[in-house]
Formats: sequence, C-alpha cells, structure tokens
Amino acid sequence: MISPVTACSVTIRIQQDDFDIAREIAMLTKSRTDIGAVVSFSGICRADDDSAKVSALTLEHYPGMAEDEIKRHADEATSRWPLNGVTIIHRVGRFMPGQNIVLVLTASQHRQGAFQAAEFLMDYLKTSAPFWKKEESATGTGWVEAHTRDDEAAARWTKS
Amino acid sequence: MKVKYFAWVRERVGKAEETIEPPATVRTVEELIAWLSGRSEAYAYAFEKPKVIRTAIDHTHVKSDAAIAGAREIAFFPPMTGG
Repeated sequence: MISPVTACSVTIRIQQDDFDIAREIAMLTKSRTDIGAVVSFSGICRADDDSAKVSALTLEHYPGMAEDEIKRHADEATSRWPLNGVTIIHRVGRFMPGQNIVLVLTASQHRQGAFQAAEFLMDYLKTSAPFWKKEESATGTGWVEAHTRDDEAAARWTKS
Repeated sequence: MKVKYFAWVRERVGKAEETIEPPATVRTVEELIAWLSGRSEAYAYAFEKPKVIRTAIDHTHVKSDAAIAGAREIAFFPPMTGG
C-alpha cells in the first residue's frame, strides 16, 4: 500500500525479541518517495555503569500503559515536527551487555525534524514511559535509579 | 478498584496486583498511599517515601493530589528507568 504524502505512520512495539534495524528502516520507507531523512537511535545494554560492571539487565514494563504513553509522545512528536514516519520498539526481558534494548526511528522530508523528534522521543521514553531496569553485577542485583540528568533532558522540550 | 505495583514497589508489597475497596474518606492518591501504608509493614515499607512513588490512573500519569473517584486501575511504581 502506498501511503499518501502527508501521512505519518506510527509503529509502536514492545517485545522480547530482538529487532533488525535495517529491516525496520526498510519497512518505514517502503513505497514512499517523500522521505528524505531517517534518523535511527538504538539503546544498547552497557556493561559499564557508574559504579560496577553490569553482567545483565532485566527490563520490566507496565503492559497497556507503556504502549499508551509511547503513543502519546509519538503523537506529540508528529504534531511538533513534520514527520513522515515513526517507529519505536522497546524490548523487555533479560539482556546481556551488547544486546539491543530500544529503537527509535524518525522519518521526515529533511534531517532537522527527524533529528529533533528522535531526541525528543528518547528523552521522554527514559523519563515517562513505564519501564524499569534491574541490574545484575558481581556485587548483587538492584533496581537502577532514575537520573536527574534524564529529567533535565526531557524538561528542555517543555513548551513555554 | 484494581491496583497494580511495579518494580521495587511490587517486590516490597509482595504482589503485582489486587482489588481494593478503600473507604469513601480516601479521596486522593496521597490519601490512598497513606491508607495502603497502614495495612501492613510490607505496604509501609513500599510507601515509606511517598514523594518518590509515581502514580498512574487508567494508564495516565497523575500527581499525588489527583482524585481517585471513578478510577478503574491505579498503578504505583518508582521513577521510570527505561530507554
């Protein structure tokens, strides 16, 4: 199906399975000639946290609300920037360092909107989408604490 | 109403969800947290720092002074750390 030029397709998925970035970009841009820019952000499980070496990360979410909350921010992004498509995939389950956790794709006619919308979406995913990380390391297991730097990053998008 | 708990709030309460019937005098999120805290030591521990707890009513974030009347599902959880 060929989408009309003005349409913005929004895809939101929460899943245990890994995602294929190239495949997701191909799906977002398929049969369209109005897209001039795609920005891709991937969040990856990192071994080095602020203190200890992380051996695994478990992601828990609030089913139902997570999808609703991401959709609200995707809708806000599409109203603030001239986007042609948005794909947000957030994985849940237990991950090892190096594994994918989250993917944000934004497509627009020009790069500026795509860059800004991707950053906006990630800042809000970190602070208001109901997901929680539990870390495993040599010193034990514990819930990751929220960072004020993430709140500050999200606050800069608040319209004055 | 149905209540859900996530992350360390769930672990401290000891259950993921339950159905509760608070008295009519419990009108706001803040009052509900206080009422829950009085149920047992587990709840008191989960809600020991009420300002840290985030609340959602019917899948939407709310503040502690939000009214709970008409809520189908209330969720309590720590600040989010996804992404």
